[in-house]
Amino acid sequence: MSAPPAAQTSRAPGAAFIFKKALISALVALVLFSLMIGVRTEAGSDGQLTYWTRFGELAAIVGAVFGGSILIELLRQWWGPVETIRVVPAPVQNTLAFASRLVAPVLLVFTFLVPVLFYDERYILDLGILVLTYVMLGWGLNVVVGLAGLLDLGYVAFYAVGAYSYALLATNFGLSFWVCLPLAGILAAFWGVLLGFPVLRLRGDYLAIVTLAFGEIIRLVIINWQSLTGGPNGVTGIPRPTLFGIPLTPGDDGLAAMLGIEFSPTHRIVFLFYLILALALLTNWVTIRLRRLPIGRAWEALREDEVACRALGINTTTTKLTAFATGAMFGGFAGAFFATRQGFISPESFTFHESALVLAIVVLGGMGSQLGVALAALAMIGGFELFRGLEQYRMLVFGMAMVLLMIWRPRGLIGHRAPTVFLKRSQAISSDLVKEGHG
Amino acid sequence: MDYFAQQLINGLVLGSIYGLIAIGYTMVYGIVGMINFAHGDIFMIGGFIALITFLILVSFGLTAIPLILLIVLLVSMAITALYGWTVERIAYRPLRHSFRLAPMLSAIGMSFVLTNFSQVAQGARVKPVPPIITGGYTLHEGAEGFVVQLSNVQIIVVITTIVLLALFTWLVSSTRLGRDMRACEQDQTMASLLGVDVDRTISMTFVIGAALAAVAGMMYLLYYGLVDFFMGFVAGIKAFTAAVLGGIGSLPGAMLGGLLIGLIETLWSAYFSVEYKDVAAFSILIVVLIFLPTGLLGRPEVEKV
Amino acid sequence: MSGGPILSVDRLSMRFGGIVAVNDLSFNAEQRKITALIGPNGAGKTTVFNCITGFYKPSSGALRLTHEDGHVIQLERLNDFRISKLARVARTFQNIRLFPGMTALENLMVAQHNALMRASGLTFLGLIGAPSWRKAEQDAIDLARTWLDRIGLLDRADDAAGNLPYGDQRRLEIARAMCTQPALLCLDEPAAGLNARESAALSELLLSIRGDQGTSILLIEHDMSVVMEISDHVVVMDHGVKIAEGTPQQIRDDPKVIAAYLGTDEEEAIAVMESGT
Repeated sequence: MSAPPAAQTSRAPGAAFIFKKALISALVALVLFSLMIGVRTEAGSDGQLTYWTRFGELAAIVGAVFGGSILIELLRQWWGPVETIRVVPAPVQNTLAFASRLVAPVLLVFTFLVPVLFYDERYILDLGILVLTYVMLGWGLNVVVGLAGLLDLGYVAFYAVGAYSYALLATNFGLSFWVCLPLAGILAAFWGVLLGFPVLRLRGDYLAIVTLAFGEIIRLVIINWQSLTGGPNGVTGIPRPTLFGIPLTPGDDGLAAMLGIEFSPTHRIVFLFYLILALALLTNWVTIRLRRLPIGRAWEALREDEVACRALGINTTTTKLTAFATGAMFGGFAGAFFATRQGFISPESFTFHESALVLAIVVLGGMGSQLGVALAALAMIGGFELFRGLEQYRMLVFGMAMVLLMIWRPRGLIGHRAPTVFLKRSQAISSDLVKEGHG
Repeated sequence: MDYFAQQLINGLVLGSIYGLIAIGYTMVYGIVGMINFAHGDIFMIGGFIALITFLILVSFGLTAIPLILLIVLLVSMAITALYGWTVERIAYRPLRHSFRLAPMLSAIGMSFVLTNFSQVAQGARVKPVPPIITGGYTLHEGAEGFVVQLSNVQIIVVITTIVLLALFTWLVSSTRLGRDMRACEQDQTMASLLGVDVDRTISMTFVIGAALAAVAGMMYLLYYGLVDFFMGFVAGIKAFTAAVLGGIGSLPGAMLGGLLIGLIETLWSAYFSVEYKDVAAFSILIVVLIFLPTGLLGRPEVEKV
Repeated sequence: MSGGPILSVDRLSMRFGGIVAVNDLSFNAEQRKITALIGPNGAGKTTVFNCITGFYKPSSGALRLTHEDGHVIQLERLNDFRISKLARVARTFQNIRLFPGMTALENLMVAQHNALMRASGLTFLGLIGAPSWRKAEQDAIDLARTWLDRIGLLDRADDAAGNLPYGDQRRLEIARAMCTQPALLCLDEPAAGLNARESAALSELLLSIRGDQGTSILLIEHDMSVVMEISDHVVVMDHGVKIAEGTPQQIRDDPKVIAAYLGTDEEEAIAVMESGT
């Protein structure tokens, strides 16, 4: 077969170029996967390590890389380079702008109605609770990463502090959820200040890895301090929440009896749903209010240019600390909710993967944008649910998705920032102008 | 005293392994200014490749241990270097001029991919191997009967590390590639204007880092007799701590930091508590960054206004 | 009201490792006057600025700031944000440091952060929407509006600062510094990159700031026509030391100054000085 000569122009690489590129990709894949996929090791019944070959699978994967490479090249030609500016016709732009203003209210109304619409579908209600938990975590971390531009890779630490605070206070001292909730937030915020104070002057990457280290330290301490936290077994028997003292049980003192309706276990699920919704909306409301106050504006200014902030007389250390503490507080609230929803917590729920997931949600959402974060949480958690049954591939796909996301749309779904004060009209600022902070 | 001497030996050997990984972190940070979160997992992949190669060679009836070790070393270095090259090409190069968070998140994603890939490809269970190299030397017999030993494995680890370090130092100081790397570290734009192929130089940095991590993986396998898919995460953070402790961007610093971390970890587990040894290592990272951000051998940076 | 200088630089030295960037520098900047710090590139002018504005800690020497009410502050003992907050020294930067992702108005609001934080009761009054807070916020917006009008950007108040043309950005940065209500305004090459028309507008703005606000100004500048036109007092540096000091006329006639600029790239500066315009 004689291949046509490679095209001279850079606009339309010829078939030969694509073929060569695919061949190289396939060869690289062959070498990379030759041992890892081609050979499968396993410890045999006597502890001895044995192996067998899987050349069929190896060939299939190499073939897939070859074909995929061709496909990607063709797609790339058709789509154009990543930064091509596409002109969107004005009527389409206007419709999109109009539609985008509707998304938030419609989504909110829909969320309120979910327990009504899906009352009998326990699975959907549970999924909704999970999504809302991550929405709240995303909104909490958004204060730190999205508004103040501080790279926090250890957010799960505050989640854990909140959860364990409630769990231990409730099981040891019998305090009710409503008393423990603010305590959990305060403890988490306190922990945030303690952690933040020495490290917040570190720049970007270093701050990220230090927060990661903190998160891991918390997890390791939880695992090893068995007398306090129960170690790897966690804390069980965490009391369920009550509607200000009225339990949601079938008994005569339960809410159902009081309202004169028949008891159903779904009541508690619905209650939990509205509880997390309320907490999330509280997070949202506080964040929006703070953005318009000098502290919130200082957070965003910090992200834009820290040196200029100092020159304007802003105490950047306390500004960073307040961002950190506020984010930590919301993480603590979410943790307390998590504990009461599950009834049982263990260190396994508080790994680095959680921090990475929440960070991915914030970045995907378009940092600083409340709606974006909510949509991103929905997309991510919903996406994870689709992977039920294929759980062993979940992190693989999540990792690849993160890489692709950064290449394709590093600024997230929502491409703009809304100013917090205006004289005549509020004009959205394109995310190209908005800095992402250096920590 | 003998117990202490033994811990010292053990710590230095462990530290050599950390040092080899730390060099990869410090080189990449020096040249592109990013923390390669996936580097620890490259180390893990190196260990796996070494394991599989070793199994295959043994099953073919090869018994000459030096030959086996040499083949395993070369194969795992080559393949793991290719992994390093691929990761850079796919996940980092497109983002080189992007926002600061982007390469970091991409690196975290790549780290998840590599960890999960090993898990899926080779099964989630730990892979143990019988000791490949046995025997050693008794250095000193103490009064209470405690014996200070230097095992053959330990000797091999240290010698391999020294040889590689020497090779590598020669590479950085005397070859064209080394000069290009140092030029790119100082000023990428200027280097490219002077004819340095910046893309290729950066790629080679990742490749060399990955190759050294592969050696570390193989040494880990020989020393501890097992690999598991999660070993990259913890070792990665410790090795990064080592790089920072020694002064990020400084190669001798990376090795020095590695040795120190290895010593601290070993002594801590021996004298205080084994469960909290990882906490000790992470805490060192935090303490160093707070009080000595430029590390032991690094250069202080003046803020440009 | 004290009649002394607002800023007294006394034997300031700054060393970086083995390099002496500023060597035993002394000069005064008078109250309500414009003092210019000039000299060829590398003379150490920005280093002096960074010492005065708290970004570097001087190796030795004193920086004495005297407010109009007689209050004295030793700047070399303050650093970081306190220079702006306590000593009321504001500055602009050689490479403009606006907040590009925020609007012009928001930039000016951030400048009033400290006053607004007090008024918002450390945020709590603000959260509940207390009337005292709302009034303070409106006052801040009004101050911002006045400045925007003064620099001619009122109709672009809601545009992103990063989208503004270069000359507008420079003026916005000055307005932002003025919103902190400083006693001393330090400008680092405010005319850099401006054309003749924009330079003239800048000169007018600075003169009005000196006249109306009574703010003292210290500026680094290479544009000799701006320096000659608006400065009351000029200090010339070269290689870290002061080589001349006086009125613009005196400086222009000083052969040491022209000699320092000769052999550098500063043909325009030399031309302005020699032409006597």
